[in-house]
Amino acid sequence: MPQTKDTPLGRAGGVRAGSNGPVPSTRRRAWRRRMEPSRPGAARACGVVRATPPAPRPPGPVGHRQVIYREAGQFKETYASDQAIFPIVQDRVVVLAAAVAAFVVPPLVASEYWLQAVLIPFLIYALAAIGLNLLTGYAGQLSLGTGGFMAVGAYAAFKLATAFPQLNVIVVFLLSGVVAAAVGLLFGIPSLRIKGFYLAVATLASQFFLLWLFNKVAWFTNYASSGTITAPDRTLFGALITGPNSTPSARYLTALGLVAVFALVAKNLVRGRVGRSWMAIRDRDIAAEIIGVRPLRTKLLAFAISSFYCGVAGAELVFLYLGSAETLAFDISISFLVLFMVIIGGLGSIVGSFLGAAFIVLVPIVLSNAPHAVGLRLPVALQKQIELMVFGGLIIFFLIVEPRGLARLWQITKEKLRLWPFPH
Amino acid sequence: MLDVLQAVFVAPFKDMAGSPAFLVEVLIGGLFAGLMYSLVALGFVLIFKASGVFNFAQGVMVLFAALTLVGLLERRVPVVLALAVTTVVMVALAFAIERLVLRPLVNQEHIILFMATIGLNFFLEGFGEMLWGANVKKLDIGIPDRSFIVRGVQINELELTAAVTAAVLVTLLALFFQKTRIGRALRAVADDHEAALSIGIPLKTIWVVVWSIAGVVAIVAGLMWGAKSGVQFSLSLIALKALPVLILGGFESVPGAIVGGLIIGIGEKLGEVYWGPLVGGAIENWFAYVLALAFLLVRPQGLFGEKIIERV
Amino acid sequence: MSRPGPSGPLLEVDGVSVRFGALIAVNQVSLRVARGEIVAIIGPNGAGKTTLLNAISGFYHPYQGRIAFAGKDRTHLSPPDVAALGIARTFQNVALFRGMSVLDNIMTGRLLKMRGSFLLEALYWGPAKRQELEHRAFVERIIDFLEIQAIRKTQAGRLPYGLQKRVELARALAAEPTLLLLDEPMAGMNVEEKEDMCRFILDVNQEFGTTIALIEHDMGVVMDISDRVVVLDYGRKIADGRPAEVRMDRAVLDAYLGVAHE
Repeated sequence: MPQTKDTPLGRAGGVRAGSNGPVPSTRRRAWRRRMEPSRPGAARACGVVRATPPAPRPPGPVGHRQVIYREAGQFKETYASDQAIFPIVQDRVVVLAAAVAAFVVPPLVASEYWLQAVLIPFLIYALAAIGLNLLTGYAGQLSLGTGGFMAVGAYAAFKLATAFPQLNVIVVFLLSGVVAAAVGLLFGIPSLRIKGFYLAVATLASQFFLLWLFNKVAWFTNYASSGTITAPDRTLFGALITGPNSTPSARYLTALGLVAVFALVAKNLVRGRVGRSWMAIRDRDIAAEIIGVRPLRTKLLAFAISSFYCGVAGAELVFLYLGSAETLAFDISISFLVLFMVIIGGLGSIVGSFLGAAFIVLVPIVLSNAPHAVGLRLPVALQKQIELMVFGGLIIFFLIVEPRGLARLWQITKEKLRLWPFPH
Repeated sequence: MLDVLQAVFVAPFKDMAGSPAFLVEVLIGGLFAGLMYSLVALGFVLIFKASGVFNFAQGVMVLFAALTLVGLLERRVPVVLALAVTTVVMVALAFAIERLVLRPLVNQEHIILFMATIGLNFFLEGFGEMLWGANVKKLDIGIPDRSFIVRGVQINELELTAAVTAAVLVTLLALFFQKTRIGRALRAVADDHEAALSIGIPLKTIWVVVWSIAGVVAIVAGLMWGAKSGVQFSLSLIALKALPVLILGGFESVPGAIVGGLIIGIGEKLGEVYWGPLVGGAIENWFAYVLALAFLLVRPQGLFGEKIIERV
Repeated sequence: MSRPGPSGPLLEVDGVSVRFGALIAVNQVSLRVARGEIVAIIGPNGAGKTTLLNAISGFYHPYQGRIAFAGKDRTHLSPPDVAALGIARTFQNVALFRGMSVLDNIMTGRLLKMRGSFLLEALYWGPAKRQELEHRAFVERIIDFLEIQAIRKTQAGRLPYGLQKRVELARALAAEPTLLLLDEPMAGMNVEEKEDMCRFILDVNQEFGTTIALIEHDMGVVMDISDRVVVLDYGRKIADGRPAEVRMDRAVLDAYLGVAHE
């Protein structure tokens, strides 16, 4: 029998004082019902469950204005629909339309300059940014070695393409990604002991070492005297997609197809088991371990997959964009560039990787064309210096205004859209 | 197989033993190089210790200081006055950085601050070039770049001066942090911005002080490096060289920056001279990093860092 | 979820000592937890309670003594292996994954039960998708049980403290543990929230037969819901018995009220 005697250790019978003994049975029965498996067929809905859809809105004080971007009326009745990548119908429609447009419109209307100088590098850098985002944004392992892994992919693709000329070029890309993944696995091993900034500096070791290796060992360039690697002509579905005779449209479509597939794969990974274990390690690695996440396996997987993406991006950089390259194309400045894309775009966001890549690709172009557009004539050196200053300034400005990146700004825009055209 | 092992593990040591005077020269060269690295690393450590920010722009601050100094000297400003003006400029820079970059980013995560300093790096690069021009400049501070022989070993006078200056500077700073009230306040700030603010430490003043000191260190480093190899853009890349030093010594330790610098300097020189030819040379690009990485695997917090006991 | 198991204590801690350098945080502590019991571990701050729990979790390794789970020695297992045995826990300073939603946090509790084919997951197709949805259904039942439906999509870092504690409990429950270790599950809660938590803990114990060991400072809660109480002070065990006995124990009263130490 619980006594209510006061003792130095507090009033006994504390929390359940007033009740006589165990919790009354009626309340327990209610809880038990809640724990029953749901009825077959109608899985428990995640939104409000209503038998009939709501009646259409009568005209209100602001006339027939209606919110167009809303989730009201969209009831998810299965967990599957709730877990979809784009749960809101409007999102799905827009994204699908944009995807179709991306495949159809630019080859028809975009100029060669736009395709060659803007869209193709955007797609390639977006792929690299997704790779780095998986490692740094989702798994929390800061890496400054992106350039090195891209170089691995590029040189592997070159060796494979020249050694096996009959190999399909997409297979070449995938295999070079696998090679990069293996190298990434190797350089990821220190991540179990080393964390944070120290790890970032350790990845610099891989960056410098790999580039030195490709410079020194002539086998990688097939003993070319110029020290550069040149992408051999390859076709896909009958169209030439590498080499000087290929059209920008063909290369654009290849890059677009690849990045679309890989972005989808990345999204599937991060919303499932793998992504959750990465984020657990990122947020609280010790608690994650105690819950059962195996840190080395998880981190190595992140390094491997991230390097795969960067490797394919590196191969694409040489085959679909530059045509030929030397190690300078993959030096530390590219590592920083991709890191900028990830941070400005938003850590931990696939969409953010695209937005960040677009930003970083467009800003220098805008900056170099802006004075001309406004009618200013500046000496080249001064223009470069101003570009540097504005670039640096923009980065700082961005970090101050929205450290969580463009993806967050995009989210906020969608929140506001939910209310539009109403003010609040 | 056996000759590879022999070439790596036996021959270099035989070379070393074979001509000891040369070995001493290499060691001294490494020592001096190491001290130069330490100077730059010191700037990093100061700022990191006091504000928790890894200032990637330290390298470009060295360049900026050197550029300003040279620019003034070219205009026939007397050396002492030029130094004074440069110091004022660096302090003004510290004010500006605190106001425009650090204050808006108070209490953000470290990676954000780090990226901001990279942005700062770009900005100062362009700015410095715009003000003073982009060509290589010669920096003459009155110390001749000649060598003299001591007991069969060649020593460069300029490097000696740099080494002594670095040693003095480092000792002063170590004392400053340990003994003075401001030093303690700086350490508190590095630990936790908000907590320091809440006990009344004037964050703004502290940061200006620290970044100014780092600016002065940058001037010294710029002087030494600039006198040795001319003042040019590549000076800003020294930042990258200082990173292995920081890994070794820990990001927060002043003595660590010295010891780390010495180890990296000597290790790099030895590696380059005795093992470099084995693999075709030019290994100084990555040797320092691999060395630091090897150390890290044994001691993840660096030589002087504090062992992190994780709590759950 | 309850399994009738063999007789014999579920958890045996035998003379375990844990030290950090020269500081001995846990000093030759022995205790036994029988199946289906609720054991409370109490003691003044710094007594080594959390350290003991960490040693049981495998995060610290004792330099002396033995820890056995279900009869098998597991003193030197790593934390993921301990979790695989069926031991789940919550933490003193809520260790939720702040960047993930509540739902994802609880789903991480299911990680040990998920067997993944990497390729299928990359395509989110077939067995991978089915497995994901099955686990989702299970987690939803836990969400219902703990009444946190409204916050399932909220980012964990934004929740008030009391709800964070509840989500942590959900995450631990998601692993279907045999032994549940709770570190101050009621810290910082008001009376109503404490009542709710007590209700949940009792339910978990009675419905699923989960054995529970909890660290708690609120004496009312401890006396009310625990079957046995273990008292630690300065790393040593000073009392072990039923709540009524422990409440009257001289040594325990000394420890809490303070006696002049030489």
